[in-house]
Amino acid sequence: MSILVNKDTKVIVQGFTGKEGSFHAEQCMAYGTKIVGGVTPGKGGQEHLGQPVFNTVQEAVIATGATVSMIFVPPSFVSDAVMEAADAGITMAVIITEGAPVKDMMYAKAYATKKNMMTIGPNCPGIITADECKIGIMPGFIFKKGNIGLISKSGTLTYESANQVVKEGFGITTAVGIGGDPIIGLSYKQLLPMFEADPETKAIVMIGEIGGDLEIQAAAYIKEHVTKPVVAFIAGQTAPAGKRMGHAGAIISGGAGTAAEKMAALEAAGVKVVISPADIGKAVAEVMKNL
Amino acid sequence: MNIHEYQAKELFAKYNVPTLRGHIAFTADEAVRAAQELGGNIWVVKAQIHAGGRGLGGGVKLARSTTEVKEVAQQIIGMNLVTHQTGPEGKLVQKVYVEEGADIQKEYYLGILLDRALEMPIMMASTEGGMAIEDVAHNTPEKIIKVAIDPVTGFQGFHGRKLAFGLGLPKEEINTFIKFAAALYNVYMDYDAEMIEINPLVKTGDGRFLALDAKMGLDNNALYRQEHIHEMRDLSEEEPTEVEAGKFDLSYIKLDGNVGCMVNGAGLAMGTMDTINYEGGKPANFLDVGGSANATTVAKGFEIILKDPNVKAIFVNIFGGIVRCDRVANGIIEATKITNVNVPVIVRLDGTNAIEAAEILRNAGIKNIIAATDLADGARKAVAAAKGE
Ligand SMILES: Nc1ncnc2c1ncn2[C@@H]1O[C@H](COP(=O)(O)OP(=O)(O)OP(=O)(O)O)[C@@H](O)[C@H]1O
Ligand SMILES: [Mg+2]
Repeated sequence: MSILVNKDTKVIVQGFTGKEGSFHAEQCMAYGTKIVGGVTPGKGGQEHLGQPVFNTVQEAVIATGATVSMIFVPPSFVSDAVMEAADAGITMAVIITEGAPVKDMMYAKAYATKKNMMTIGPNCPGIITADECKIGIMPGFIFKKGNIGLISKSGTLTYESANQVVKEGFGITTAVGIGGDPIIGLSYKQLLPMFEADPETKAIVMIGEIGGDLEIQAAAYIKEHVTKPVVAFIAGQTAPAGKRMGHAGAIISGGAGTAAEKMAALEAAGVKVVISPADIGKAVAEVMKNL
Repeated sequence: MNIHEYQAKELFAKYNVPTLRGHIAFTADEAVRAAQELGGNIWVVKAQIHAGGRGLGGGVKLARSTTEVKEVAQQIIGMNLVTHQTGPEGKLVQKVYVEEGADIQKEYYLGILLDRALEMPIMMASTEGGMAIEDVAHNTPEKIIKVAIDPVTGFQGFHGRKLAFGLGLPKEEINTFIKFAAALYNVYMDYDAEMIEINPLVKTGDGRFLALDAKMGLDNNALYRQEHIHEMRDLSEEEPTEVEAGKFDLSYIKLDGNVGCMVNGAGLAMGTMDTINYEGGKPANFLDVGGSANATTVAKGFEIILKDPNVKAIFVNIFGGIVRCDRVANGIIEATKITNVNVPVIVRLDGTNAIEAAEILRNAGIKNIIAATDLADGARKAVAAAKGE
C-alpha cells in the first residue's frame, strides 16, 4: 500500500514534448511509472517516447483512461493547463512548473476544487511511491521502499530526508513534495490522514518552512487525529526576518509564521521536532525503535 | 517587488482611487518648483523609500511656505532614514514626493492581501489608522474588520457595507467608501498585487476619502505581464550584491556570520544555515544556486560570497538529484581556477554519482578543499575552519 499513486496509476504529461517535459517523462518511465501519453496542442496524432500525443486533455483521457496529469507547461500557461485537466475529469494534477502567478493559481485551485480534482504543487518535486510510481523530478533511486511517509514543502530537503531515512536502514512508502508557494494543492492537513490510514506507513516525516501557518494547522490536526509517530523539521530558524514594506502581513497571521512558533506548536502536539536537519534520520530510527 | 508611494498613487489615480496631487523631486529646488506648480499654501514633503514608518523617523514633513518646502526638502533628501522597517542601518533618501496638504478629519486604515488559508484576497479596515497599526493588531485585534473576497465573483456591495458599517461610518458616507474600496480591489487584482496598504486613509473636512499613504508590493511571478510596473523597479532600493546574484539566477541574501554557504534549493539552503547555527557557527549568507550548479554559477557564487570580508570558510552543500555530483565536482574545480578562493572550502556532495565526485575532488589535490561525508560533518568542519581550527 501507499497513498495516492501506485504501479497501476495511469499518467499523462501536459507539456509532453517540451524539453523539461520530455526529459522527466522519460525518467519517470524508466522508474516504472505508467506514462500512457501526453498533451501538446497542435502535435496531436504524433508519437513521443513511444506514447501517443494528443491535442487536448479530454482526448487523452478518453483514449488512455489516465487519471493523473503531470504538468510541465511554462508558468504563464499553468492555470489554463490545470483547469483543462480538471475539466477533462483528471482526478489529480501534479504541477511541477515554477513561477506561476499567484492570481492564476487562485483561480485554478478554485476551479479544480469545484471539479473535485486534487492538485499537488506548483513549484514542487512531485510525488513518488517507492519502487512503483514516480510523478515528478526527484532522483528516484534515493527512495528505497519502506514504512515512512514523507511530506515536504522543500524539494532538496525531501531528498535529504529520504536519503537519511534510507541510510538509517528504513525506507519510504510515499513522499509528497507539496511546494512552498502562497497557493498550493494538497497540504499536510490533507495528506496526514492519508498516511494515518495507510497500513504500510508506520511513521511520518514532515518538513516545513518559515512563513504561513500550514504547519500550525498540521500540528492541530496531529494532536487530535494522528496516532502514528511524526518527526518534523522546520527550515529557516536562522533566516532573518524579511525586510518588509507594509504591516499587513503581520496583521493577518497575528504572527509572522516563525520557525520557533511552528516548532513549539508541533512539539505541543507530540511531534518529535529536530533542530538540525542532519538529525532527521536518527529521529526516525528512534521513533521506529519505540513502536 | 515593491514600488514607491508616488508610483502606487499613480496607479490609484488611473483607477479612480482618490489621492491628492503631487510631484516627485530629486533636489530641494525641484521640490520648490513642485510646490509652486501644485499651488495652495500647505504641502507635505515625503521621503520615497521602500519602507514604512517614515513619518515617525522624520521622513514626512509639513511645510507652510515654499521657503519651508525648501528647508524640509534639504533636510530629507540625502538623509539616512532609520525606521522600524529599514533596520538599524537605515536607508539613504534620494527623492521626495511633494504633495498637497490634506485637511484631515479622521484617519483610517485599509489594506488588501492574500489570505493563504482561505486562498482569496482579504480586505482589512480599521478606525485606528495612522502610524501604529501593528500595535492595534497586536493589542486590540477586534478593531480590525476583515472581509474575504472570492475572486471568481469579485468585490460585492456587501463587502463594502460590512467594512463601512464596521468602521461606524455615517449613512451618507457609506457609498463613497464602498466606491473607494471597490476601486482599490480592482487595482489589487489588475496589477497582480501581493499587498496594498493605505495607512492612513483619511476623511477630509469636506467629506472626501483620500489615500494619503500607499504601499504596494507585486507578485514577481506576474511581472512578465505587467510591463508598466516592471519599469517602476528601483534598483537603488535593493542590495547591489543581491541584484548582481540575480543576474546569474542565484538567490543571495547577506547575513552577518562568517561561514559562507552555497547550496542547491531554498529549503536545503535554509536547512544548511540552521545546521551551521546548531553546530555553533554563524552563517554569512543564504545562497541558492538552483538546479544549475555548473562551473560558471559556482564561480560566480564564490565571487559573491567572498565579497563579504567576514567570510572565513565556505560550505558547499549540494544534494545532486538531477544535477549529477561528478559534474558539480568538476564545476567546483573549474570555479577555483576562475575565482581566487583563499579560504577553506568544505564540500559535501550527496546523491547521484556522489562516489565518483569524491574521487574527482580527491584527485584534483586542491589543498583548501576539504571533503565532507554528510550534512552534519560538513557543517562541523566548516564551523571549525571558520574558527581557524
Ligand atoms: N498629504 C498629506 N497631508 C497631510 N498630512 C499628511 C499627508 N501625507 C501624510 N500625512 C501625515 O503624515 C503621516 C505619515 O505619512 P505616511 O503614512 O504617508 O508615511 P509612513 O509614516 O511611512 O506610514 P506608515 O507608518 O504607515 O508606514 C500620516 O499618517 C499623515 O498623518
Ligand atoms: Mg502610513
